[in-house]
Amino acid sequence: MSVFRVLRLIRRVGRIAESAPAAPDPLPDLPRELTGSVQVRHVDAGSCNGCEIEIGAAFGPVYDVERYGARLVASPRHADVVLVTGVVTHNMREPLLRTVEATPRPRLVVAVGDCASNCGMFSAGYGVAGAVHEVVDVDLEVPGCPPGPEAVVEALRRVTGR
Amino acid sequence: MSGSEAGVNLPALTVALSQVVVLVVLSPLVIGLMRTVRARLEGRVGGGLGQPFRDVRKLLAKEPIRAKGTSWLSVAGPLVLMASSLVVCALMPLLGTVTFDRMPDDLFVVVSVLLLGTVAVALVGLDAGTAFGGMGSSRHMTIAALVEPTVLLAVYALSIPVGSSVLSRIVAARLEDPTSVFSPVSLLALLALAIAVVAETGRLPVDNPATHLELTMVHEAMVLESSGRDLAWLELGSWLRLGALLGLLATLLAPWGVVTEVSAPGLLLAALALSVKLTVAATLLATVEVFVAKVRLFRVPELLAGSFVLAFLAVTASYLVAPG
Repeated sequence: MSVFRVLRLIRRVGRIAESAPAAPDPLPDLPRELTGSVQVRHVDAGSCNGCEIEIGAAFGPVYDVERYGARLVASPRHADVVLVTGVVTHNMREPLLRTVEATPRPRLVVAVGDCASNCGMFSAGYGVAGAVHEVVDVDLEVPGCPPGPEAVVEALRRVTGR
Repeated sequence: MSGSEAGVNLPALTVALSQVVVLVVLSPLVIGLMRTVRARLEGRVGGGLGQPFRDVRKLLAKEPIRAKGTSWLSVAGPLVLMASSLVVCALMPLLGTVTFDRMPDDLFVVVSVLLLGTVAVALVGLDAGTAFGGMGSSRHMTIAALVEPTVLLAVYALSIPVGSSVLSRIVAARLEDPTSVFSPVSLLALLALAIAVVAETGRLPVDNPATHLELTMVHEAMVLESSGRDLAWLELGSWLRLGALLGLLATLLAPWGVVTEVSAPGLLLAALALSVKLTVAATLLATVEVFVAKVRLFRVPELLAGSFVLAFLAVTASYLVAPG
């Protein structure tokens, strides 16, 4: 795209981020270090990718969860929150455990979607090792199949406290 | 000054310390401003100016996890980068042109201190032995090897009319004769320096600081294995480098506000002038970044060769137009 087309696009679009809803109550036992800044590492433990699309939208320009201090990072070493989606499959059990182990304390695990909290529609599957809380300690669960971006945003705002 | 008998250059020390303090405050704000400008142009709201401060405060409070098999380099590397960045901040003539006699802010001193930090980060990337870390380090050193000659040559071109490679003297000469800023030599050299600074600090189009794709990473790939306070020093150290180098560029282009003699109101005014210059430079850089994409790694040498040619032309031109 040429510079002028980008300029026109910027002028036409302006601000697409929706205005911020009222801040939800922060988590009761939130580590004090994390207030205002939370780096998020996402782990797909065996999801159908429905939750991923909603998480992508939460970090997109319309919901813009970055304004509350949450940011996606490329390494668990940089992260404070491990965002887990999907049932935990046998093959992803070990990688999930290692990812959580590689995240420096204080850390939180957030399970996103019905599959992550109770195996959802995949509960009888032969490749399923269990729900996320059966493998690692979960601090917060976001219900929904899939949960909407506003639910993901609200969960992350409860962690950042903003 | 009574302290000068003991070998302490008090005015230079005052300038150096105030530059360190001012840049430690301003550099995270510059990063926050650049992210906000980018976010606004993309239709988002963004994390706000204070977000980098919150990030660093949190990282400093977290436990660092070091991978199995890492050596003392993983601990020392981030500290060396931070220390080299602080020395660069202290040396640059950003607030005042008063400099130490024994260790002036000579071009070669500044570039070698910068290179010390560059090598430290590259070693941190190699230390954990991961594939991405080594890849990032190799790319980082390739870019550094292409950038350093351009920086040296560009500032050398500026130093020829002044007759000294000390940055303070160059800025002082520009304060005395503001028309020299807009001479062809100066503009060519500053353009070359601007491209080199963008490459050195890992901004678009050479490196994308917001990338999540390991294959395209340069700086991010090297710090993938660092956490907690190690990561905090790496982040703050590279922000300080960006602040100092952008500040140098802005000061060379607009030297007004820099003090030649130390006084409290003068330094305060200089700090104000520096924040205005950094605001303008950061806004401009972030705006340009919205319009460009990262170039392919194999095109980076072409870009840097272009800037080297500009610097070379500046040197040639400075000899041609030099009086006598």
